[in-house]
Amino acid sequence: MSATVSIPTILRTHTGGEKQVKAEGSTLQEVIADLEANHPGIKDRLVTDGALHRFVNVYVNDEDVRFAGGLDAQVPDNGTVTILPAVAGGR
Amino acid sequence: MLVIRRDLVEELVAHARADHPREACGQLLGPEESDRPERYVPMTNADDPDAQGSDYRFDSREQFAVYKEATERDEETVVVFHSHTRVPRRPLTDSGLPEAYPSVKDIEYMGLQPGVHFVIVAITGPDSDYDLRSFLLDDAGEVVEDDVQVVENYMFSHTGAGDVPDRS
Repeated sequence: MSATVSIPTILRTHTGGEKQVKAEGSTLQEVIADLEANHPGIKDRLVTDGALHRFVNVYVNDEDVRFAGGLDAQVPDNGTVTILPAVAGGR
Repeated sequence: MLVIRRDLVEELVAHARADHPREACGQLLGPEESDRPERYVPMTNADDPDAQGSDYRFDSREQFAVYKEATERDEETVVVFHSHTRVPRRPLTDSGLPEAYPSVKDIEYMGLQPGVHFVIVAITGPDSDYDLRSFLLDDAGEVVEDDVQVVENYMFSHTGAGDVPDRS
């Protein structure tokens, strides 16, 4: 079960500058664990206290995983995982 | 330095005025690595409107749809825009406007998008004057203010893009 993961600029320091990398896993949790194995340090940028970090939005195919089970979201074979920086501010 | 077309500035200000007193937000897209904003995409402010104070947050699903379309067009986010409106916690400056300067929370999120300009339009009401300033973070994470150059079009400005002739 392999997915293509799109990496935002801010996290490309972990992927040697690559915009897209492959990762194995059938859930987002497994995909992130596989990312961490190949790109150490990236997990801490995505997950905090067992949940997705508020600074990132993660999408499996076209759906925001916050509406699709969070870290338990299913990742289909040949699926896409897109990581975007959250955009917010004001206080 | 941010070089920006006048019609885009007018779009940002019109959006800020239309949404006052809520903060307006959006993004300016341009060709990849051009640093040249070409079109404005207003974004839904998904921050809880009933929360105290006025913050902004891009709607995450809408953000993805815009990202996907931009990627297909070889575009990227050049500018993230939001407005500062008149709220009690935000003191007015000598000009009578809220400060068009990034808050602590603004800076926290700016750090996620290196190289992106963050434009703030400060207004006090739908008909008020406005102040527009632009910022980015340097490599050390310090806030640096952009020198903003408003132009009629990019053909005769120093945009730095290789495919656009500069005025000699």
